[in-house]
Amino acid sequence: MKTYYNPEDLKNFGKIGEFQKPLADKFFEYYGEVFAEGALTAREKSLIALAVAHTIQCPYCIDAYTTDTMEKGCDEEQMMEAVHVAAAIRGGASLVHATQMMNKVKEISM
Amino acid sequence: MKSLKAQDHPLSSSEAEIQHLESDMPGFSGDSFASELKKINLFPLKPTQIEVLQINLGKMCNQVCKHCHVDAGPDRKEIMTRDTMQQCLEVVKNHSVTTIDLTGGAPEMNPEFRWFVEAIRSIDSEITIIVRCNLTIILANPKYHDLPEFFMKHRIEIASSLPYFTATKTDSQRGDGVFEKSIKALKLLNDQGYGVEGTGLVLNLVYNPSGAFMPAAQAGLEAEFKKRLDDKYGITFNSLFTITNLPISRFLEYLLRSENYEGYMEKLIDSFNPVAASGVMCRNTISVGWDGYLYDCDFNQMLELKVTSIDSQHIKDWNEKSLTERDIIVKNHCFGCTAGAGSSCGGTTA
Repeated sequence: MKTYYNPEDLKNFGKIGEFQKPLADKFFEYYGEVFAEGALTAREKSLIALAVAHTIQCPYCIDAYTTDTMEKGCDEEQMMEAVHVAAAIRGGASLVHATQMMNKVKEISM
Repeated sequence: MKSLKAQDHPLSSSEAEIQHLESDMPGFSGDSFASELKKINLFPLKPTQIEVLQINLGKMCNQVCKHCHVDAGPDRKEIMTRDTMQQCLEVVKNHSVTTIDLTGGAPEMNPEFRWFVEAIRSIDSEITIIVRCNLTIILANPKYHDLPEFFMKHRIEIASSLPYFTATKTDSQRGDGVFEKSIKALKLLNDQGYGVEGTGLVLNLVYNPSGAFMPAAQAGLEAEFKKRLDDKYGITFNSLFTITNLPISRFLEYLLRSENYEGYMEKLIDSFNPVAASGVMCRNTISVGWDGYLYDCDFNQMLELKVTSIDSQHIKDWNEKSLTERDIIVKNHCFGCTAGAGSSCGGTTA
């Protein structure tokens, strides 16, 4: 069955440089540095990436960072908590706009 | 759960395992690992010097772990005899090994286990003796309850598997209730002074992933294990060794059944690390099978690949010169020892 997303494509991510090498090289160098140990540990960064992956709903990123967080020693509970952080922010982002709705209701109501 | 052997599973045959390792992936051949070694001038792979004698006292175990490369379990009856142990003692007496690493199965289930440990200690009071204790054996039967005391008396170094600091992950790999029993056993070992600062009694834990993924970085995971086990259970230990699962026996069966084989092998191959390759444990270790035959490592032992030194394939024929000069047998399962930070019975190698 043909689909827009093919799991096999994930391993070809590094080949995007075939069409534009200098920009790809800069991106991957930056990417590598972002995920290195720093003020945040590589493990913390991987959990953030997992949460963001769910927010942007990228299936490649979800596959990649599910494996990566497990390879950083995280367990299912920690991973699910990270996804709930993403969900809370997404849900909260909708709900906080309710204040605008409430303001408008008040504005146009007697 | 029965062992693969008791199930008469096709993968209980080492020939079938090797065949999978040599032909199950596109673009992958039987000498793929050897080709990687050739690129870095490490082929044929040679020993450095023989420092460790890793002795498999038998395949019998009180647990049936899902990833076990030995296919060990209560239904396995292969056990080393006192005669073979006597032959091992001759090597300890007359040669330069500095570490005896006792493994299994559960080595303590061998009825001659205590006799053997006492005999090694009486030959050499300084030699390092490691016992790969699965922890639950200590609680499995009253006759094992005094093992912590026995270990302490003979200054045994303990290496124990604990796949994670939570019950779910540990039990999913090692069986229901294993985590709780392991925690109880660790407390008994701590009470005896094991893993406690200043006692000199070494208790190391061994982590291996509960699935088709690579282990976490050793130092970071060790810190996490230490914090979690201390905070929640008041347990202390010395070091955490992270080990990569090698694609043989039950773990190979899992990889094939779950359709993770190809992806896992690709990951191991892509993560080939030349530094880890030069530090593989088979370069300073000889593995002794329950029946006395000699192998490059415990994995080659399970694949029934005896050492290439024809005049020294059994412990009774130990010829250190031949063994030191032999070519180590490498096959594609070896990618497990050279991926990322490397893997050995003592943890990472790079």
